Amino acid sequence: MPLLTPNRFKGKLIIVEGIDGSGKSTQLSLLAQWLRSQGLAVASSEWNSSPLVRETTRRGKKKLMFTPTTFSLIHATDFADRQERFILPMLKAGAIVCADRFAYTAFARDVVRGVSPRWVRNLYKFAIEPNLAFYFRVPLEVALGRILGGRDSIKYYEAGMDLNLSRRIEESFRLFQGRILEEYEGMAQEMGFHVIDATGSIEDQQMEMRRIVMEQLGEAIASGQILHKEGTFRANT
Amino acid sequence: MPIPNPLQFYSEPLPGVDTAELQGKLIVIEGPDTVGRSTQISRLRVWLEQQGHAVLDTGLARSALASGGIAKAKKGNTLGPVTMTLFYATDFADRLENEIVPALRAGFVVLTDRYIFSLMARGLARSEDASWLEKVAGFALVPHAVYYLRADVPSLVSRVVMGRGNFDFWESGMDMRFGPDMYESYVRYQARVIRALDRMAAKYEFTTIDASNPADMIFRELQRHINGLFHPPKKRVRARKA
Repeated sequence: MPLLTPNRFKGKLIIVEGIDGSGKSTQLSLLAQWLRSQGLAVASSEWNSSPLVRETTRRGKKKLMFTPTTFSLIHATDFADRQERFILPMLKAGAIVCADRFAYTAFARDVVRGVSPRWVRNLYKFAIEPNLAFYFRVPLEVALGRILGGRDSIKYYEAGMDLNLSRRIEESFRLFQGRILEEYEGMAQEMGFHVIDATGSIEDQQMEMRRIVMEQLGEAIASGQILHKEGTFRANT
Repeated sequence: MPIPNPLQFYSEPLPGVDTAELQGKLIVIEGPDTVGRSTQISRLRVWLEQQGHAVLDTGLARSALASGGIAKAKKGNTLGPVTMTLFYATDFADRLENEIVPALRAGFVVLTDRYIFSLMARGLARSEDASWLEKVAGFALVPHAVYYLRADVPSLVSRVVMGRGNFDFWESGMDMRFGPDMYESYVRYQARVIRALDRMAAKYEFTTIDASNPADMIFRELQRHINGLFHPPKKRVRARKA
Protein backbone atom coordinates (compact mmCIF):
# COMPACT_ATOMS: atom_id res chain seq x y z
CA MET A 1 0.00 0.00 0.00
CA PRO A 2 1.42 3.43 -0.87
CA LEU A 3 2.64 5.44 2.08
CA LEU A 4 1.29 8.70 0.71
CA THR A 5 -1.23 9.84 -1.92
CA PRO A 6 0.25 10.04 -5.44
CA ASN A 7 0.27 13.45 -7.09
CA ARG A 8 -2.10 13.21 -10.05
CA PHE A 9 -2.15 16.92 -10.74
CA LYS A 10 -0.39 19.19 -13.19
CA GLY A 11 1.65 20.95 -10.53
CA LYS A 12 4.70 19.59 -8.73
CA LEU A 13 5.50 19.35 -5.06
CA ILE A 14 9.04 20.03 -3.84
CA ILE A 15 9.80 19.64 -0.17
CA VAL A 16 12.84 20.12 2.07
CA GLU A 17 13.71 18.30 5.26
CA GLY A 18 16.53 18.39 7.77
CA ILE A 19 17.20 19.15 11.40
CA ASP A 20 17.03 22.69 12.76
CA GLY A 21 20.05 24.61 11.54
CA SER A 22 20.58 22.50 8.43
CA GLY A 23 19.91 25.53 6.23
CA LYS A 24 16.95 23.99 4.38
CA SER A 25 14.68 27.05 4.61
CA THR A 26 17.34 29.35 3.18
CA GLN A 27 17.89 26.95 0.31
CA LEU A 28 14.20 26.48 -0.41
CA SER A 29 13.53 30.17 -0.57
CA LEU A 30 16.47 30.67 -2.96
CA LEU A 31 15.09 27.87 -5.11
CA ALA A 32 11.56 29.29 -5.09
CA GLN A 33 12.88 32.68 -6.08
CA TRP A 34 14.86 31.21 -8.94
CA LEU A 35 11.90 29.18 -10.24
CA ARG A 36 9.77 32.29 -10.11
CA SER A 37 12.38 34.24 -12.02
CA GLN A 38 12.13 31.58 -14.74
CA GLY A 39 8.49 32.58 -15.19
CA LEU A 40 7.02 29.63 -13.32
CA ALA A 41 4.14 29.76 -10.88
CA VAL A 42 5.46 28.98 -7.41
CA ALA A 43 3.54 28.63 -4.15
CA SER A 44 5.18 28.26 -0.76
CA SER A 45 3.94 26.59 2.38
CA GLU A 46 5.62 26.22 5.74
CA TRP A 47 5.27 23.58 8.42
CA ASN A 48 3.05 24.59 11.33
CA SER A 49 1.61 27.73 9.76
CA SER A 50 -2.12 27.15 9.33
CA PRO A 51 -4.11 30.12 10.62
CA LEU A 52 -6.97 27.77 11.48
CA VAL A 53 -4.89 25.79 13.95
CA ARG A 54 -2.46 28.45 15.10
CA GLU A 55 -4.33 29.47 18.22
CA THR A 56 -4.70 25.91 19.45
CA THR A 57 -1.02 25.16 18.88
CA ARG A 58 0.03 28.37 20.59
CA ARG A 59 -2.23 27.65 23.53
CA GLY A 60 -0.98 24.10 23.88
CA LYS A 61 2.64 25.19 23.73
CA LYS A 62 2.25 28.09 26.11
CA LYS A 63 0.47 26.03 28.73
CA LEU A 64 2.56 22.90 28.09
CA MET A 65 -0.57 20.89 27.37
CA PHE A 66 0.81 18.61 24.68
CA THR A 67 1.42 14.91 24.95
CA PRO A 68 3.24 13.06 22.15
CA THR A 69 -0.13 12.07 20.68
CA THR A 70 -1.78 15.48 20.73
CA PHE A 71 1.43 17.14 19.54
CA SER A 72 1.45 14.78 16.59
CA LEU A 73 -2.27 15.22 15.87
CA ILE A 74 -2.27 19.00 15.97
CA HIS A 75 0.61 19.13 13.49
CA ALA A 76 -1.24 16.71 11.23
CA THR A 77 -4.31 18.94 11.51
CA ASP A 78 -2.16 21.91 10.58
CA PHE A 79 -0.80 20.08 7.57
CA ALA A 80 -4.25 18.86 6.51
CA ASP A 81 -5.55 22.40 6.57
CA ARG A 82 -2.67 23.67 4.46
CA GLN A 83 -3.05 20.81 2.03
CA GLU A 84 -6.81 21.11 1.63
CA ARG A 85 -6.93 24.86 1.49
CA PHE A 86 -3.70 25.71 -0.30
CA ILE A 87 -1.41 22.94 -1.54
CA LEU A 88 -4.07 20.91 -3.41
CA PRO A 89 -5.66 23.86 -5.19
CA MET A 90 -2.20 25.14 -6.18
CA LEU A 91 -1.14 21.74 -7.54
CA LYS A 92 -4.39 21.49 -9.47
CA ALA A 93 -3.78 24.95 -10.89
CA GLY A 94 -0.37 23.76 -12.08
CA ALA A 95 1.96 25.56 -9.68
CA ILE A 96 5.20 24.27 -8.23
CA VAL A 97 4.53 24.04 -4.51
CA CYS A 98 7.57 24.48 -2.29
CA ALA A 99 7.01 23.08 1.19
CA ASP A 100 9.38 23.78 4.04
CA ARG A 101 9.12 20.50 6.00
CA PHE A 102 6.63 17.78 5.28
CA ALA A 103 5.22 14.59 6.79
CA TYR A 104 8.77 13.28 7.16
CA THR A 105 9.27 15.84 9.92
CA ALA A 106 6.49 14.12 11.82
CA PHE A 107 7.87 10.69 11.00
CA ALA A 108 11.16 11.73 12.58
CA ARG A 109 10.10 14.01 15.41
CA ASP A 110 6.94 12.35 16.64
CA VAL A 111 8.62 8.96 16.69
CA VAL A 112 11.42 10.40 18.82
CA ARG A 113 8.66 11.63 21.14
CA GLY A 114 7.42 8.08 21.54
CA VAL A 115 4.56 7.90 19.05
CA SER A 116 4.34 4.62 17.16
CA PRO A 117 6.00 4.79 13.71
CA ARG A 118 3.19 2.78 12.17
CA TRP A 119 0.52 5.06 13.56
CA VAL A 120 2.13 8.32 12.48
CA ARG A 121 2.81 7.00 8.99
CA ASN A 122 -0.84 6.11 8.61
CA LEU A 123 -1.81 9.53 9.96
CA TYR A 124 -0.24 11.24 6.93
CA LYS A 125 -1.50 8.84 4.31
CA PHE A 126 -3.69 11.62 2.90
CA ALA A 127 -0.61 13.75 2.19
CA ILE A 128 0.32 14.25 -1.47
CA GLU A 129 3.57 12.52 -2.29
CA PRO A 130 6.33 14.99 -3.17
CA ASN A 131 7.83 14.90 -6.65
CA LEU A 132 11.14 15.91 -5.12
CA ALA A 133 12.28 15.60 -1.54
CA PHE A 134 15.54 17.23 -0.50
CA TYR A 135 17.23 16.21 2.70
CA PHE A 136 19.89 18.53 4.08
CA ARG A 137 22.43 16.32 5.73
CA VAL A 138 24.49 18.05 8.37
CA PRO A 139 26.51 16.86 11.37
CA LEU A 140 24.79 17.64 14.65
CA GLU A 141 27.55 19.94 15.90
CA VAL A 142 27.48 22.09 12.77
CA ALA A 143 23.70 22.56 13.02
CA LEU A 144 23.88 23.27 16.73
CA GLY A 145 26.58 25.86 16.15
CA ARG A 146 24.33 27.68 13.68
CA ILE A 147 21.30 27.57 15.98
CA LEU A 148 22.88 28.18 19.36
CA GLY A 149 25.02 31.00 17.99
CA GLY A 150 22.34 32.82 16.08
CA ARG A 151 19.24 32.73 18.22
CA ASP A 152 18.44 34.14 21.59
CA SER A 153 16.33 31.33 22.95
CA ILE A 154 15.26 27.81 22.11
CA LYS A 155 11.68 27.03 22.93
CA TYR A 156 10.44 24.24 25.19
CA TYR A 157 9.02 21.84 22.59
CA GLU A 158 11.73 22.68 20.05
CA ALA A 159 14.25 21.48 22.58
CA GLY A 160 12.20 18.38 23.28
CA MET A 161 11.98 19.40 26.94
CA ASP A 162 8.77 17.34 27.22
CA LEU A 163 10.93 14.23 26.82
CA ASN A 164 12.86 14.89 30.04
CA LEU A 165 16.17 14.19 28.34
CA SER A 166 17.90 16.87 30.35
CA ARG A 167 16.90 19.75 32.57
CA ARG A 168 19.24 22.06 30.72
CA ILE A 169 17.50 23.35 27.65
CA GLU A 170 20.61 23.42 25.45
CA GLU A 171 21.54 19.89 26.41
CA SER A 172 17.99 18.71 25.81
CA PHE A 173 17.98 20.39 22.41
CA ARG A 174 21.26 18.69 21.54
CA LEU A 175 20.01 15.23 22.52
CA PHE A 176 16.63 15.73 20.87
CA GLN A 177 18.08 16.95 17.56
CA GLY A 178 20.59 14.09 17.64
CA ARG A 179 17.77 11.56 17.85
CA ILE A 180 15.81 13.28 15.08
CA LEU A 181 18.93 13.19 12.93
CA GLU A 182 19.09 9.42 13.42
CA GLU A 183 15.47 9.07 12.34
CA TYR A 184 16.08 11.14 9.20
CA GLU A 185 19.15 9.10 8.31
CA GLY A 186 17.17 5.92 8.85
CA MET A 187 14.45 6.89 6.38
CA ALA A 188 16.52 8.77 3.78
CA GLN A 189 16.79 5.84 1.42
CA GLU A 190 13.29 4.47 1.91
CA MET A 191 11.75 7.87 1.18
CA GLY A 192 13.95 8.58 -1.81
CA PHE A 193 15.46 11.76 -0.41
CA HIS A 194 17.86 13.69 -2.59
CA VAL A 195 20.61 14.23 -0.08
CA ILE A 196 22.31 17.61 -0.09
CA ASP A 197 25.59 18.04 1.76
CA ALA A 198 24.58 20.92 4.00
CA THR A 199 28.14 21.62 5.12
CA GLY A 200 28.97 22.99 1.67
CA SER A 201 28.72 26.66 0.73
CA ILE A 202 25.27 28.11 0.28
CA GLU A 203 26.02 28.71 -3.40
CA ASP A 204 27.18 25.16 -4.06
CA GLN A 205 24.14 23.69 -2.33
CA GLN A 206 21.85 25.92 -4.35
CA MET A 207 23.49 24.93 -7.64
CA GLU A 208 23.11 21.28 -6.71
CA MET A 209 19.42 21.79 -5.92
CA ARG A 210 18.77 23.57 -9.21
CA ARG A 211 20.59 20.86 -11.11
CA ILE A 212 18.44 18.16 -9.49
CA VAL A 213 15.25 20.13 -10.10
CA MET A 214 16.05 20.46 -13.80
CA GLU A 215 17.06 16.82 -14.03
CA GLN A 216 13.85 15.62 -12.39
CA LEU A 217 11.30 18.22 -13.44
CA GLY A 218 12.91 19.73 -16.50
CA GLU A 219 10.72 17.83 -18.89
CA ALA A 220 7.50 18.83 -17.16
CA ILE A 221 8.66 22.45 -17.12
CA ALA A 222 9.73 22.49 -20.77
CA SER A 223 6.45 20.92 -21.85
CA GLY A 224 4.56 23.91 -20.51
CA GLN A 225 2.61 21.71 -18.10
CA ILE A 226 3.57 23.90 -15.15
CA LEU A 227 1.67 27.14 -14.95
CA HIS A 228 3.93 29.86 -16.31
CA LYS A 229 4.04 33.38 -17.68
CA GLU A 230 2.84 33.69 -21.25
CA GLY A 231 5.64 33.20 -23.75
CA THR A 232 8.13 31.80 -21.25
CA PHE A 233 7.92 28.22 -22.41
CA ARG A 234 6.80 26.90 -25.73
CA ALA A 235 4.44 24.04 -25.14
CA ASN A 236 5.40 21.17 -27.43
CA THR A 237 2.01 19.56 -27.64
CA MET B 1 -21.42 -8.99 25.89
CA PRO B 2 -18.00 -9.86 27.32
CA ILE B 3 -16.33 -7.00 29.16
CA PRO B 4 -12.66 -6.70 28.35
CA ASN B 5 -10.82 -6.59 31.63
CA PRO B 6 -8.52 -4.83 31.87
CA LEU B 7 -9.39 -2.26 29.24
CA GLN B 8 -7.55 -2.45 25.93
CA PHE B 9 -6.65 -0.11 23.11
CA TYR B 10 -8.06 -0.79 19.67
CA SER B 11 -4.79 -0.97 17.76
CA GLU B 12 -2.22 1.43 19.14
CA PRO B 13 -1.33 1.76 22.81
CA LEU B 14 -1.11 5.34 24.09
CA PRO B 15 2.42 6.14 25.20
CA GLY B 16 2.62 6.14 29.00
CA VAL B 17 -0.67 4.43 29.82
CA ASP B 18 -0.74 1.17 31.74
CA THR B 19 -4.19 -0.29 31.16
CA ALA B 20 -3.90 -2.51 34.24
CA GLU B 21 -4.32 0.65 36.32
CA LEU B 22 -7.64 1.56 34.77
CA GLN B 23 -10.23 0.51 37.30
CA GLY B 24 -13.26 2.52 36.25
CA LYS B 25 -15.92 1.88 33.66
CA LEU B 26 -16.02 3.53 30.26
CA ILE B 27 -19.52 3.92 28.87
CA VAL B 28 -20.21 5.52 25.51
CA ILE B 29 -23.49 6.96 24.29
CA GLU B 30 -23.44 7.26 20.52
CA GLY B 31 -25.95 8.42 17.97
CA PRO B 32 -26.55 11.10 15.36
CA ASP B 33 -27.09 14.79 16.08
CA THR B 34 -30.19 15.74 18.11
CA VAL B 35 -31.09 12.13 18.90
CA GLY B 36 -31.31 12.91 22.61
CA ARG B 37 -27.96 11.74 23.93
CA SER B 38 -27.28 14.60 26.32
CA THR B 39 -30.69 14.31 28.00
CA GLN B 40 -29.99 10.67 28.74
CA ILE B 41 -26.47 11.35 29.94
CA SER B 42 -27.51 13.96 32.46
CA ARG B 43 -30.16 11.63 33.88
CA LEU B 44 -27.73 8.71 33.93
CA ARG B 45 -25.21 10.80 35.78
CA VAL B 46 -27.65 11.66 38.57
CA TRP B 47 -28.77 8.05 38.82
CA LEU B 48 -25.23 6.67 38.92
CA GLU B 49 -24.18 9.18 41.55
CA GLN B 50 -27.17 8.22 43.68
CA GLN B 51 -25.87 4.68 43.52
CA GLY B 52 -22.55 5.87 44.87
CA HIS B 53 -20.50 5.96 41.66
CA ALA B 54 -18.28 8.90 40.90
CA VAL B 55 -19.04 10.04 37.36
CA LEU B 56 -17.11 12.00 34.78
CA ASP B 57 -19.07 13.12 31.81
CA THR B 58 -17.33 14.30 28.70
CA GLY B 59 -18.13 14.66 25.04
CA LEU B 60 -16.99 15.61 21.60
CA ALA B 61 -15.24 18.96 21.23
CA ARG B 62 -14.98 19.65 24.95
CA SER B 63 -11.22 19.43 25.38
CA ALA B 64 -9.19 22.12 27.11
CA LEU B 65 -6.77 22.05 24.20
CA ALA B 66 -8.87 22.11 21.05
CA SER B 67 -12.49 23.02 21.84
CA GLY B 68 -11.97 26.75 21.25
CA GLY B 69 -10.07 26.15 18.04
CA ILE B 70 -12.72 23.81 16.68
CA ALA B 71 -15.53 26.23 17.51
CA LYS B 72 -13.67 29.01 15.76
CA ALA B 73 -12.82 26.87 12.74
CA LYS B 74 -16.49 25.97 12.34
CA LYS B 75 -17.43 29.63 12.20
CA GLY B 76 -15.10 30.24 9.29
CA ASN B 77 -15.49 28.89 5.79
CA THR B 78 -12.33 26.92 5.18
CA LEU B 79 -12.53 23.84 7.38
CA GLY B 80 -11.86 20.91 5.05
CA PRO B 81 -13.00 17.35 5.79
CA VAL B 82 -9.58 15.83 6.60
CA THR B 83 -8.69 18.85 8.72
CA MET B 84 -11.97 18.47 10.59
CA THR B 85 -11.37 14.78 11.28
CA LEU B 86 -7.89 15.48 12.59
CA PHE B 87 -8.95 18.47 14.66
CA TYR B 88 -11.61 16.31 16.34
CA ALA B 89 -9.06 13.53 16.79
CA THR B 90 -6.79 16.03 18.55
CA ASP B 91 -9.69 17.02 20.79
CA PHE B 92 -10.46 13.38 21.51
CA ALA B 93 -6.85 12.50 22.31
CA ASP B 94 -6.58 15.44 24.67
CA ARG B 95 -9.69 14.34 26.57
CA LEU B 96 -8.69 10.70 26.53
CA GLU B 97 -5.27 11.40 28.00
CA ASN B 98 -6.15 14.21 30.37
CA GLU B 99 -9.68 13.39 31.49
CA ILE B 100 -10.81 9.90 30.63
CA VAL B 101 -7.68 7.94 31.53
CA PRO B 102 -7.10 9.77 34.85
CA ALA B 103 -10.77 9.29 35.77
CA LEU B 104 -10.60 5.59 34.94
CA ARG B 105 -7.44 5.30 37.02
CA ALA B 106 -9.33 6.83 39.91
CA GLY B 107 -12.16 4.33 39.48
CA PHE B 108 -14.75 6.69 38.02
CA VAL B 109 -17.58 5.81 35.71
CA VAL B 110 -16.86 7.77 32.56
CA LEU B 111 -19.96 8.66 30.54
CA THR B 112 -19.00 9.98 27.18
CA ASP B 113 -21.32 11.76 24.82
CA ARG B 114 -20.00 10.23 21.58
CA TYR B 115 -16.64 8.69 20.99
CA ILE B 116 -14.46 7.85 18.03
CA PHE B 117 -17.47 6.36 16.24
CA SER B 118 -19.11 9.72 15.50
CA LEU B 119 -15.75 11.05 14.42
CA MET B 120 -15.33 8.12 12.04
CA ALA B 121 -18.96 8.28 10.84
CA ARG B 122 -18.58 11.93 9.94
CA GLY B 123 -15.40 11.14 8.06
CA LEU B 124 -17.03 8.22 6.27
CA ALA B 125 -20.02 10.39 5.37
CA ARG B 126 -17.46 12.70 3.74
CA SER B 127 -15.95 9.80 1.77
CA GLU B 128 -12.77 9.53 3.79
CA ASP B 129 -10.90 6.25 3.76
CA ALA B 130 -12.32 3.78 6.32
CA SER B 131 -9.07 2.06 7.15
CA TRP B 132 -7.27 5.39 7.51
CA LEU B 133 -9.91 6.64 9.96
CA GLU B 134 -9.83 3.43 11.94
CA LYS B 135 -6.08 3.53 12.35
CA VAL B 136 -6.03 7.23 13.20
CA ALA B 137 -8.49 6.51 16.02
CA GLY B 138 -6.66 3.31 16.98
CA PHE B 139 -5.34 4.79 20.23
CA ALA B 140 -8.87 4.84 21.70
CA LEU B 141 -9.72 2.53 24.59
CA VAL B 142 -12.26 -0.19 23.89
CA PRO B 143 -15.23 0.91 26.04
CA HIS B 144 -17.10 -1.39 28.41
CA ALA B 145 -20.26 -0.58 26.50
CA VAL B 146 -21.43 1.49 23.57
CA TYR B 147 -25.11 2.40 23.56
CA TYR B 148 -26.16 3.51 20.13
CA LEU B 149 -29.29 5.64 20.17
CA ARG B 150 -30.62 4.96 16.74
CA ALA B 151 -33.17 7.06 14.90
CA ASP B 152 -34.08 7.42 11.26
CA VAL B 153 -33.77 10.61 9.25
CA PRO B 154 -37.46 11.65 9.33
CA SER B 155 -37.50 11.51 13.11
CA LEU B 156 -34.29 13.54 13.30
CA VAL B 157 -35.79 16.12 10.97
CA SER B 158 -38.84 16.38 13.14
CA ARG B 159 -36.69 16.81 16.27
CA VAL B 160 -34.70 19.60 14.62
CA VAL B 161 -37.67 21.45 13.20
CA MET B 162 -39.94 21.13 16.20
CA GLY B 163 -37.11 21.50 18.70
CA ARG B 164 -34.42 24.01 17.86
CA GLY B 165 -36.35 25.23 14.86
CA ASN B 166 -33.57 25.51 12.30
CA PHE B 167 -30.96 23.46 10.52
CA ASP B 168 -27.34 23.80 11.58
CA PHE B 169 -24.71 24.27 8.87
CA TRP B 170 -22.44 21.45 10.09
CA GLU B 171 -25.20 19.06 11.13
CA SER B 172 -26.43 19.46 7.58
CA GLY B 173 -23.02 18.65 6.14
CA MET B 174 -23.23 21.90 4.19
CA ASP B 175 -19.43 21.98 3.97
CA MET B 176 -19.88 19.16 1.44
CA ARG B 177 -23.05 20.53 -0.14
CA PHE B 178 -24.90 17.22 -0.17
CA GLY B 179 -27.92 19.10 -1.45
CA PRO B 180 -28.89 22.50 -2.79
CA ASP B 181 -30.23 23.72 0.55
CA MET B 182 -29.89 22.96 4.27
CA TYR B 183 -32.87 20.62 4.37
CA GLU B 184 -31.84 18.42 1.45
CA SER B 185 -28.22 18.43 2.52
CA TYR B 186 -29.27 17.51 6.07
CA VAL B 187 -31.35 14.58 4.89
CA ARG B 188 -28.61 13.14 2.73
CA TYR B 189 -25.79 13.82 5.15
CA GLN B 190 -27.56 12.37 8.19
CA ALA B 191 -28.55 9.30 6.17
CA ARG B 192 -24.86 8.77 5.40
CA VAL B 193 -23.91 9.22 9.05
CA ILE B 194 -26.57 6.74 10.18
CA ARG B 195 -25.50 4.25 7.54
CA ALA B 196 -21.89 4.56 8.75
CA LEU B 197 -22.89 4.04 12.39
CA ASP B 198 -25.11 1.10 11.48
CA ARG B 199 -22.17 -0.53 9.73
CA MET B 200 -20.01 -0.12 12.82
CA ALA B 201 -22.62 -1.60 15.14
CA ALA B 202 -21.61 -5.24 14.79
CA LYS B 203 -17.86 -4.74 14.56
CA TYR B 204 -17.67 -2.51 17.63
CA GLU B 205 -20.38 -4.37 19.55
CA PHE B 206 -22.84 -1.50 19.92
CA THR B 207 -25.98 -2.09 21.93
CA THR B 208 -28.57 -0.50 19.68
CA ILE B 209 -31.43 1.33 21.34
CA ASP B 210 -34.46 2.56 19.45
CA ALA B 211 -34.41 6.31 20.01
CA SER B 212 -37.89 6.80 18.62
CA ASN B 213 -39.26 5.53 21.94
CA PRO B 214 -40.19 8.00 24.70
CA ALA B 215 -37.22 9.34 26.69
CA ASP B 216 -38.34 7.57 29.88
CA MET B 217 -38.41 4.25 28.17
CA ILE B 218 -34.94 4.78 26.69
CA PHE B 219 -33.67 5.76 30.12
CA ARG B 220 -35.04 2.58 31.71
CA GLU B 221 -33.47 0.52 28.98
CA LEU B 222 -30.10 2.20 29.54
CA GLN B 223 -30.42 1.64 33.30
CA ARG B 224 -31.09 -2.01 32.74
CA HIS B 225 -28.05 -2.43 30.50
CA ILE B 226 -25.77 -0.46 32.82
CA ASN B 227 -26.96 -2.47 35.84
CA GLY B 228 -25.88 -5.49 33.90
CA LEU B 229 -22.40 -4.02 33.54
CA PHE B 230 -22.01 -3.59 37.28
CA HIS B 231 -23.74 -6.80 38.25
CA PRO B 232 -23.06 -9.26 35.48
CA PRO B 233 -25.70 -12.01 35.43
CA LYS B 234 -24.74 -15.27 37.16
CA LYS B 235 -23.74 -18.10 34.91
CA ARG B 236 -26.90 -20.10 35.30
CA VAL B 237 -29.63 -17.82 34.10
CA ARG B 238 -33.16 -19.04 34.50
CA ALA B 239 -34.55 -19.87 31.09
CA ARG B 240 -37.00 -17.27 29.88
CA LYS B 241 -40.30 -18.06 28.28
CA ALA B 242 -39.97 -17.86 24.54
